[in-house]
Amino acid sequence: MTTVWSGEALAEAIEAFAPGSVESSAGIDVWLKPESISVVCEGLKTRPEFKFDLLNSLTSVDYIDHFEVVYHLTSLPMNSSAVLKSRVGIGRTDASIPSVVSIWRGADYQEREVWDLMGIRFDGHPNHKRIMLWEGFPGHPLRKDYVTYDQSIVSTAPGASEAGLTDGDE
Amino acid sequence: MAIKTQPVTVNLGPQHPSTHGVFRMRVMFDGEEIVDVEPIFGYLHRGSEKLAEERTYTQIVTLTDRMDYVSSMLNNQAYILAVEKLAGIEPSPRGVWLRMIASELQRIASHLVATGFLLQDLGALGTPLIYAMRERENILDLFEMICGARITNSYLRPGGVFMDAPEEFWPALERGLDDIVSTIDELEEYLSGNEIVFSRTKGTAVLSPELLINASITGPMLRASGVDWDLRHRAPYDYYGRITFERKLHTASDNYARYWVRVQEARESVKIIRQCIEQIEPGPVRPSFDDVPRLLRPPAGDAYAAIEGSKGELGFYLVSDGGISPYRMHVRASSLINLTLLRDMLIGGQFGDLFVTFGSVDLNMGEVDR
Repeated sequence: MTTVWSGEALAEAIEAFAPGSVESSAGIDVWLKPESISVVCEGLKTRPEFKFDLLNSLTSVDYIDHFEVVYHLTSLPMNSSAVLKSRVGIGRTDASIPSVVSIWRGADYQEREVWDLMGIRFDGHPNHKRIMLWEGFPGHPLRKDYVTYDQSIVSTAPGASEAGLTDGDE
Repeated sequence: MAIKTQPVTVNLGPQHPSTHGVFRMRVMFDGEEIVDVEPIFGYLHRGSEKLAEERTYTQIVTLTDRMDYVSSMLNNQAYILAVEKLAGIEPSPRGVWLRMIASELQRIASHLVATGFLLQDLGALGTPLIYAMRERENILDLFEMICGARITNSYLRPGGVFMDAPEEFWPALERGLDDIVSTIDELEEYLSGNEIVFSRTKGTAVLSPELLINASITGPMLRASGVDWDLRHRAPYDYYGRITFERKLHTASDNYARYWVRVQEARESVKIIRQCIEQIEPGPVRPSFDDVPRLLRPPAGDAYAAIEGSKGELGFYLVSDGGISPYRMHVRASSLINLTLLRDMLIGGQFGDLFVTFGSVDLNMGEVDR
């Protein structure tokens, strides 16, 4: 059975080789400072006590006042897993984080997907282009403030303001 | 005088019979040799992750059917496991056994489709594909008996499945399993030692295990390179801890190894189903609606659950804010991630191997684009 690193233990172990990189930890999650993500990931992959050689999943969540990039890691030799998170774009400003493609190539399409659908820029990505949608598509659909086509039709329909339908958010 | 060639760029797809859906590649050839490949995605993008944010947890099951539409049951299972983890639901034992039987049947169907189309791409027009599809048809008939649907099953619910299998399902399943074994025997008799299959697939598109792991590639592709990594064994979910099965490994990591691993895994799935039939007990197939209401409101938080899908690790990441729909849903789509090394596999190869290599990856555009 795969053992899961607790957030506290992992935060302590990360602090040991990359001081000042951890923001907080809770449950099984560790929040890292975005600028230190490359150093920490490189360490987690190469250091013998972790050996996180597989990046399971890379995704992001829009929490309105900030975005969160989520990394799920697995170590095949140690049969253990860990969750890293990083808050970016605080106050919905320009959201960006260093790319981890140079550490795990598996991040390639996943980072492009996050950029395409959530609008988080990955600095240093070798092919930083949209993946699902076409170049020039307006906006990033998975953001919470994105107005979908249906909503845009409803909100411009005659009488929409009286019916209280103008607000795109429920 | 030496004949000179110059590179030619060819656009393959999105409407091409060998691209398994609407996949598009821009390929540069120098004579017969592939110089450069650029995959272009998105022709089947339906925004499933955005749609999920406006549906209830039970309604989303129907969205997962349409992601990888040749392994709907496995998609259902991965999603339901994530919901159960998020909401802290204890599933009913009979429901778990039934969904394990369903998902292993689906794995066989998916591997048969992958094998059939791979051989079709090799130029074995018709016969192997029809053999594989005939057997898949029997599996779809079994699905029709247990849930009324053949492709878009929506069979699973948080806590189990939505209805018990009818009495006539069990003898039909026994007959079906025997048929599957004999079809695989037949396929292997013609193909696994076939000289043409050997010469076309052995030694093409070889990838090292280190590179595969680094590119997050899982499933039969990784096991074909000799890495013993199967989530059913390494991180057992449902009742896989009570099942014994062999992990079939091959060390060559070429197109033949990937074909071979899939065929052997289908055989192992038959053994797993037989063990499930032995261990299943009567009882309710899902918890009562008092324990697990139709309108779930999981507590705020997040959960990631992954299963060994037919193409590799299939994971669902769900974030709840306490409401009736997920705040965010993300699918870790193995079909998309398994394409990361497409360039490494194709560049330097021959034009004739392009679709064979592509078929050996076994991808499904519904899952790539979601």
